[in-house]
Amino acid sequence: HQVLRVVPQSDEELQKVQELQDLEHLQLDFWLAPRRLGLPVDIRVPFPSLQAVKAHLEAGGVSYSIMIEDVQVSRGAGQRWDPVQRERGSFCPTPQALLDEEQTEMLRSSRQLPLSTETFNYEAYHTIDEIYNFMDMLVAENPNLVSKLEIGRSTENRPLYVLKFSTGGTNRPAVWIDTGIHSREWVTQASGVWFAKKIVQDHANNEGVASILETMDIFLEIVTNPDGFAFTHTKNRLWRKTRSKHSGSICVGVDPNRNWDAGFGEAGASGNPCTETYHGPYPNSEPEVKSIVDFVKSHGNIKAFVSIHSYSQLLLYPYGYTSAPAPDQQELHEVSAKAVAALSSLYGTKYKYGSIITTIYRASGGTIDWTYNQGIKYSFTFELRDTGRYGFLLPAKQIVPTAQETWLGLKVIMEHARDNLY
Amino acid sequence: MELPPSHFPAARAAAVAVGYLRYLRGGPGRGLQLREVRSARRQDIDDVGHKYYLELELEDVLDKGSTVNCTAEVLYHLGSKTSAPDVQVTVQGELRSTEQADKEFYNRIRSLEKELEAENIPDSHGNVPPELEPIHLLAWAASGYVIWQNSTENTKFHLAQVKHVKQVKRSDEDLQFDYVLLLHEMVSQEVLPCGVSVLWHPQRGARVCHGPGSA
Repeated sequence: HQVLRVVPQSDEELQKVQELQDLEHLQLDFWLAPRRLGLPVDIRVPFPSLQAVKAHLEAGGVSYSIMIEDVQVSRGAGQRWDPVQRERGSFCPTPQALLDEEQTEMLRSSRQLPLSTETFNYEAYHTIDEIYNFMDMLVAENPNLVSKLEIGRSTENRPLYVLKFSTGGTNRPAVWIDTGIHSREWVTQASGVWFAKKIVQDHANNEGVASILETMDIFLEIVTNPDGFAFTHTKNRLWRKTRSKHSGSICVGVDPNRNWDAGFGEAGASGNPCTETYHGPYPNSEPEVKSIVDFVKSHGNIKAFVSIHSYSQLLLYPYGYTSAPAPDQQELHEVSAKAVAALSSLYGTKYKYGSIITTIYRASGGTIDWTYNQGIKYSFTFELRDTGRYGFLLPAKQIVPTAQETWLGLKVIMEHARDNLY
Repeated sequence: MELPPSHFPAARAAAVAVGYLRYLRGGPGRGLQLREVRSARRQDIDDVGHKYYLELELEDVLDKGSTVNCTAEVLYHLGSKTSAPDVQVTVQGELRSTEQADKEFYNRIRSLEKELEAENIPDSHGNVPPELEPIHLLAWAASGYVIWQNSTENTKFHLAQVKHVKQVKRSDEDLQFDYVLLLHEMVSQEVLPCGVSVLWHPQRGARVCHGPGSA
């Protein structure tokens, strides 16, 4: 991040700076907000937005200076702070003093949990406790829109929570989104948190998915594999599976994306408990999977189901367990094309799309093969950024851009489901 | 026969070609990655194996504005678990020079009092401290060798993480780094550790000397 300082000297210049506040997608953090002519405006600019901000200022003839070249370096690698809006009167501390103060505040806040979803840091990776706390805050702040459902318990007895976003009705047609089913795919849980906040914001501003929420509900399971996720924080960052132990083996864990009842146990999964694609002793042996199966069946009105993974930058539709094309292949392919185009429009991120079995590999017992066979026509899997340079260890500064672009693709799918109810 | 560029056979062969090229031309100042498979063709040669003809678009992660086109041929030998695919890559045009960055890195490492040692690059949050970025890119180049040597039509490898790196002081002019790399294999989803010794010199480039470990 860079921190830029602007001192507007005319009404036109002030307006140019104020315009920046409205460009939400730039994710600007105004340390000193625009007030009056002659007063400094300090803006913390994330790297991906730098070019746009500088271009905007230069086009308006507004001069700026770079106060802090690279905020990350001066704070120590890996540290972040909460984007708190800061208003100060006419007294303007020097940049160094500001930083020192922020560091004290960050140290304090790193021991405390953020006080609201406004101060939650979306640009960092979080622990289970922090994410579960975020969910509770989101519900508390938006009780008329958001509720939290417990759909089951994991092997290690962690609650499995789903957020429900609904403006009313009874058992409306619904969209399901899950993130984090493979615990090492950290950008997915982080994106799920961002999605939750985005849904609430859109609804408050009556834009984006607000129109979808008029007729549909959205269900979002952010930490779909909490035991695995906890393990990636404490013991092994690259753990993928659940943490179940089935008799007869010293090895732990079942691949939750091979445990569904669709071509279960066929080619495309492993019967060896010590492998990463072990399908488990029988379908739905994993409570993380069974709880979703039970939920989907008893809800009965889910129209779109999206399971989110990383990495590879792909949008996939059924099947993985058979090379027979899905009956709705053509429509799913067209929707995928539109969704990928929308996703790419934001930052130029390149995605490929197609059926699982042709695009990545044969995989049996997979989530969306089961949901599709249940009659949920719009069943998709995303593989998010990147294509292998960082892989599972995607830099935290890519969380928000990834979530933003993915959301555009998700909206295409949700809108298509809404406009083509069946 | 023509292959759809979005299907996995072309993608896997491309990954081998890019790995090979990364080893040949990559280093602490250059990281080449695949942007797009433009076209792919496969030829089945009796008693020999499967040969892929690829047109690829690449980019240097340190120079993202510009792209580089290349053609590649990847021959997977029949039924072979022990021999690496034969790879040929032709880059069209020039790659951006890394002479300055290479010199700076070389001099910096040579002037270290203690041998460099580090682990978990990137860390859990995807961070790579700026001074370790060239070490990461060199590992990425070396992983290209390992990937090339170990690939089949049923695998697709990526470097998941540098678990450990230790510099080994040498009496000659090369720099030596002993790495423990974690490779992620996409089809089996396994993460495989692999120890390699890498020599590097600004003019001579990267060389993997001891063979890869258990990858």
